[in-house]
Amino acid sequence: MEHIPLNFPFLAAALLVGISFYIIIFKKNLIKLIMGIAMMASGVNLFLVALGYRAGGNAPIYTDVPEGPMVLPVPQALTLTSIVINVAVLALMLTIVIHIYRHTGSLDSEKSRKMKG
Amino acid sequence: MAALIAQSPILIIAIPLAAAFLTLPIGMASKKARNALVIVSLTFVVFLVFALARDISINGIHVYTLGATSPDLTIPKGFMVPVRIILEVDGMSMLMAIIWSIVSLAAAIYSLSHIANETGQNRFYTLLLLMVTGGFGMMFTGDLFNLFVFLEIASISGAALIAFRTRFADTQEGGFKYIVVSAIASLMVLFAIGLLYSQYNLLNIGALAQVIQYTTLDKIALALLLIAFTMKAGMVPLHLWFPDAYSVAPASITGMLVITSHACMYAAFRVCFTLYGGMLDAPVVGWILIVFGILSMFVGVTMAIFQKDVMRFMSYHAISQLGYMWIGVGVGLAVLGNADLVATYGRDAISGGVFHILNHAMYKPLLFFTGGALFHCTGTRDLTKMGGLAHKLKWTTVLYIIGTLSISGIPPLNGFSSKILIYESVYQFHPILTITGIIVSILTLASFTKAFHSAFMGAELPEYKKVKEVPRSMIIAMVILAAGIVFITLFPSLIVNWTIHPAADALIDQGPYINAVTGAIP
Repeated sequence: MEHIPLNFPFLAAALLVGISFYIIIFKKNLIKLIMGIAMMASGVNLFLVALGYRAGGNAPIYTDVPEGPMVLPVPQALTLTSIVINVAVLALMLTIVIHIYRHTGSLDSEKSRKMKG
Repeated sequence: MAALIAQSPILIIAIPLAAAFLTLPIGMASKKARNALVIVSLTFVVFLVFALARDISINGIHVYTLGATSPDLTIPKGFMVPVRIILEVDGMSMLMAIIWSIVSLAAAIYSLSHIANETGQNRFYTLLLLMVTGGFGMMFTGDLFNLFVFLEIASISGAALIAFRTRFADTQEGGFKYIVVSAIASLMVLFAIGLLYSQYNLLNIGALAQVIQYTTLDKIALALLLIAFTMKAGMVPLHLWFPDAYSVAPASITGMLVITSHACMYAAFRVCFTLYGGMLDAPVVGWILIVFGILSMFVGVTMAIFQKDVMRFMSYHAISQLGYMWIGVGVGLAVLGNADLVATYGRDAISGGVFHILNHAMYKPLLFFTGGALFHCTGTRDLTKMGGLAHKLKWTTVLYIIGTLSISGIPPLNGFSSKILIYESVYQFHPILTITGIIVSILTLASFTKAFHSAFMGAELPEYKKVKEVPRSMIIAMVILAAGIVFITLFPSLIVNWTIHPAADALIDQGPYINAVTGAIP
């Protein structure tokens, strides 16, 4: 980690979230929209994991712990929970998109749109 | 009994969760046993909620620490801060829980015959009970991350229920919009939680509120939280998904979705009043809520006038009614720093906004249920194709009239008592707010009268000769909500003293909420 600036992961997370917002707003294909949301989830998860890094601390995953302080595993626990939840959200989205495709024969959000006003 | 009440916050969340996963095996054996399980578990939850409400009105805030040897042991030995998951129930969360328990019971009863002809009914009840769990969790949790988890539980099950009738194309579109909006909103909430955790290493709302500094990062977190919760509650610039999703769900679910919107609104209030509290730049945030609240009221009602789809028409009215609550509580927030103004009209404004949540939670699901009854009988949601239904649907007509009079704020119904509280207090803050409120109320009455005329009045149409009154369980569900309306109409001062003022005081003063966790002397 010495060669990487400490705030590099935060920049990467911000970049991921920014790109995903662009995708969600401007892409017409429903599958691409879902990929955008998956990217946004990855960005937020990366942010949470990056928060959990403490210079000099031990990761709380060993049974045979080396000397020194151990980090509190809260951010890691949050990230795991959030990953599990996002899997459920993405699975539900893909299920609904399959049904939309069966009804309209299109994945274009402009063409499959019935309700207006 | 005392032990039951001490454990009741977790039981209220756990009972629907356990019942949700029991419906599938029991439903495969017998349909009647499954229905009995759903109704009995939700009735027991209503009983627990009222027992807990009584206890809180006597003993104050109720704290429940998960995994501790005793429920009120919030900070474990050897720690300076709360690390366990804490449920915290005060006046405001109690009011929301009362609403949610009654409406979910009514929705479950309504579903018994409303979805009787659909496939996959066992899964429907599983999702319905999961949604109940998520809603109660959002209302009771004292922990920011749990708020996110329960928000996601409610959103996922809600989206699956909207898209439940897969044979229609529009339900799929509505469900997809709902899940996309929910996913974006909850990721924003999670990002904001990360921002707060990075500075204070805390997730508990009470403990965070004690140390929060209102730095630039805190302001960004506040903005993210407010955008996320107002988007999920359907405030106006972010409301476009709202009618699409709400109008296509089964009517019983639409009634419950309205309350999940209120739960997101509750979360926004909790963040503004309890989490940021005294540190908040109250006038700025208050004015933001007021301005967008007025926009919601106006845009909602003007869009509703042109709608032909009965559920869509009611959804736009829901947006407009949510605006009343935003301005009521927004005015209270704007004067929060000034104790004199809070005493003169701030407390009344917040009480009015909170009271309107209670009233709206009674008449809006009732109206959605009558809309569902119309769909059940005629097979269409198009108002122009209906007519003369009052001849056949006597119960539905009477219940629709009760709902209409209540939503338009006709005295002496309950909609009037909360609106007059908002009008009087908000007038002292800025007269234009009251004037807009009255105009919106008139437009609401006008459009509901028009809808009443096209659906119920006139001669009997030949294609609806064979229409019968809706099944008994749907009528029972509607009567439960109408009875709630009548009760609030008859005893407004009792309701205000017993539930509304404790809720408003819980918002105004963050002290008891913090002390219940950190154990400081009040």
